[in-house]
Amino acid sequence: MDGERASEARSAELAGESPRGGAAGPGGSGSSSLLQADVLDLDEDEDDLEVFSKDASLMDMSSFSPMMPTSPLSMINQIKFEDEPDLKDLFITVDEPESHVTTIETFITYRIVTKTSRGEFDSSEFEVRRRYQDFLWLKGKLEEAYPTLIIPPLPEKFIVKGMVERFNDDFIETRRKALHKFLNRIADHPTLTFNEDFKVFLTAQAWELSSHKKQGPGLLSRMGQTVRAVASSMRGVKNRPEEFMEMNNFIEMFSQKINLIDKISQRIYKEEREYFDEMKEYGPIHILWSASEEDLVDTLKGVASCIDRCCKATEKRMTGLSEALLPVIHEYVLYSEMLMGVMKRRDQIQAELDSKVEALTNKKADAGLLTEEIGKLEDKVECANNALKADWERWKQNMQNDIKSAFTDTAEENIHYYEQRADGFPWNWSNV
Amino acid sequence: MTENTFWLKKIEISVSEAEKRTGRNAVNMQETYTAYLIETRSVEHTDGQSVLTDSLWRRYSEFELLRNYLLVYYPHVVVPPLPEKRAEFVWHKLSADNMDPDFVERRRIGLENFLLRVASHPILCRDKIFYLFLTQEGNWKETVNETGFQLKADSRLKALNATFRVKNPDKRFTELKHYSDELQSVISHLLRVRARVADRLYGVYKVHGNYGRVFSEWSAIEKEMGDGLQSAGHHMDVYASSIDDILEDEEHYADQLKEYLFYAEALRAVCRKHELMQYDLETAAQDLASKKQQCEELATGTVRTFSLKGMTTKLFGQETAEQREARIKVLEEQINEGEQQLKSKNLEGREFVKNAWADIERFKEQKNQDLKEALISYAIMQISMCKKGIQVWTNAKECFSKM
Repeated sequence: MDGERASEARSAELAGESPRGGAAGPGGSGSSSLLQADVLDLDEDEDDLEVFSKDASLMDMSSFSPMMPTSPLSMINQIKFEDEPDLKDLFITVDEPESHVTTIETFITYRIVTKTSRGEFDSSEFEVRRRYQDFLWLKGKLEEAYPTLIIPPLPEKFIVKGMVERFNDDFIETRRKALHKFLNRIADHPTLTFNEDFKVFLTAQAWELSSHKKQGPGLLSRMGQTVRAVASSMRGVKNRPEEFMEMNNFIEMFSQKINLIDKISQRIYKEEREYFDEMKEYGPIHILWSASEEDLVDTLKGVASCIDRCCKATEKRMTGLSEALLPVIHEYVLYSEMLMGVMKRRDQIQAELDSKVEALTNKKADAGLLTEEIGKLEDKVECANNALKADWERWKQNMQNDIKSAFTDTAEENIHYYEQRADGFPWNWSNV
Repeated sequence: MTENTFWLKKIEISVSEAEKRTGRNAVNMQETYTAYLIETRSVEHTDGQSVLTDSLWRRYSEFELLRNYLLVYYPHVVVPPLPEKRAEFVWHKLSADNMDPDFVERRRIGLENFLLRVASHPILCRDKIFYLFLTQEGNWKETVNETGFQLKADSRLKALNATFRVKNPDKRFTELKHYSDELQSVISHLLRVRARVADRLYGVYKVHGNYGRVFSEWSAIEKEMGDGLQSAGHHMDVYASSIDDILEDEEHYADQLKEYLFYAEALRAVCRKHELMQYDLETAAQDLASKKQQCEELATGTVRTFSLKGMTTKLFGQETAEQREARIKVLEEQINEGEQQLKSKNLEGREFVKNAWADIERFKEQKNQDLKEALISYAIMQISMCKKGIQVWTNAKECFSKM
């Protein structure tokens, strides 16, 4: 309940006033950054760029290590904002995957460490263990609470093809990183960060979480809602305002392109791996040859060592690719699916309004009651639309920065790769 | 111009063109083949100007004929090999088709290389048939066949037999045979893996080309990122297409290695000849020894070895003294002849070993120099590839950072 009110208050701020600078509610960084989003003018206001690019950098894995200093204040100092006075006050890490075996199932839990200076948290440090199911629950709650906000995506449940063992190390590590990103994106989101379920997720012990989970609306009722949602979202599409049509077009195109890029990037990784495998066999042949050629020993060994260097550089490049590029692209593939869901939900809310308006026009039920309902729904639609619009701008900005970073880093990796390879060539061959 | 004075002037030989032709073959069936233009120029000492003295067309089979002739007439020479008849060690893009223009081009270069090697060989360059190959277009095939070289060629069976039965071959030749086996094995392996590496590298580069297309499409819906994406995409296209030149250069390197792969076979041919000669010598010596023994036995009357004659004599009666004398005389003549033959065979053998070994030393020098150069040029190719890569990705990075 608290979470919902807070979000409505946030929406009101977006729709109406835009008090610059001063922080109205809890968490100053939240409000001012979201407000700036409304009036985004990239060319003029460098500060705005700084905020969002810092957001992106905070989601960078390297800035979080399992060895974190204990004091939240010291951590705030660690992250330097050059001209940006806003401070992050919630730090989350996901690590230490552990396997649990029971009679019914095997599953993995992850350790979640939270450090915060926020008042509404009972303590400044929390450590809990959560499993994938818990993350799913959290995501569901957030989608329920904020149907038209762009909730960060979760990594897939499992990858069907090519998985011999569901829990191999690479899979777990990739998932861990993605879950870490998921929680941090929520923490950085001006609205989602104050959600009550989120707080419970981060702080509650296992039994507390279970009992908290049981409180929400039952599974069946939620399923019923979904069925209605699908039916009514169709109607919502017809009356979709222009700006949301544009948004939808963008989402469709973006989804197509990002999926292609995901495939291309995965394919490049695969080709590089195969290239590496062949190169590993290539170098030693020169060494073998040098055994039967007295006069060519130095030259042959030289070529062999170059090839060896190339192998090492290729391996490093592959690692770089799988850390800098692939996870980012994949997250945006999941985001694009998420966005389509958000559009549907927006359409559904609008459809509810439209059906009541239609009912009023057709005099199907009590006009007075309908008018009152319509009033409420109009508010609801306006809130939903505004929330989406603002979050959309924020999301787009983040996306641009993330994509830009990921590709710039990839280009950098490739430059390093070729530099390393060129470096390996023995210009000091004495017989040359 | 006789063949002797021909070589006094410095000459340039080039295989300058290749042309597709159709004609009728030996069984009167239509066929398509490639003909190569061979141009010979003599270079004046004084001003370095070259004058075209001869130009004619030859096809691959004629080159083969020339080489087979040289193999027979100069068995102590490591005869330069021809470029491959069919494309081997291909990676996926290269066509194995003999009519493929890239293959034809590489073969043209290989044939030119062959002629240059023969022309610069101290012994082979003086050969008349080689001279005629460069100067007499018509009738050359008949001239070669008239030499009857095919008859002189050692049969494969004979050679194989000798290999297994020879008792005391020159140790150096045995070592050389091992070396040539190793050389062939290692170069084959290297070429095979190189082809696979080339294939993979091609894949990596070409897939990046897809980025180009997708970035370009994506840029259409982006306002701020659009320009950056578009120009980065262009660089991805450049990157993807740069692999074609890189791999073509590598193909020339592979051809240089292939030449020495085939040279291994030429080395083995010289070893085989030695084995044949040695075996011949050993057989002749053995023959002579047994005849001498027979003679001795007849003379002294002791029979140490079994002979059919001896048996029949025992069964059908002793032979007369005259008969024995006659036989001894025949044997003595044969022994004389045999000794002469053995002497000349020995001489021949020693000459062969001396000459062959001289050419092998020459070959070793050439091989070491050529392979070293090839390996170094390979290293340089790699560096140039890296430089191109750095260039492209630096440009791409700039585009990305401007997005």
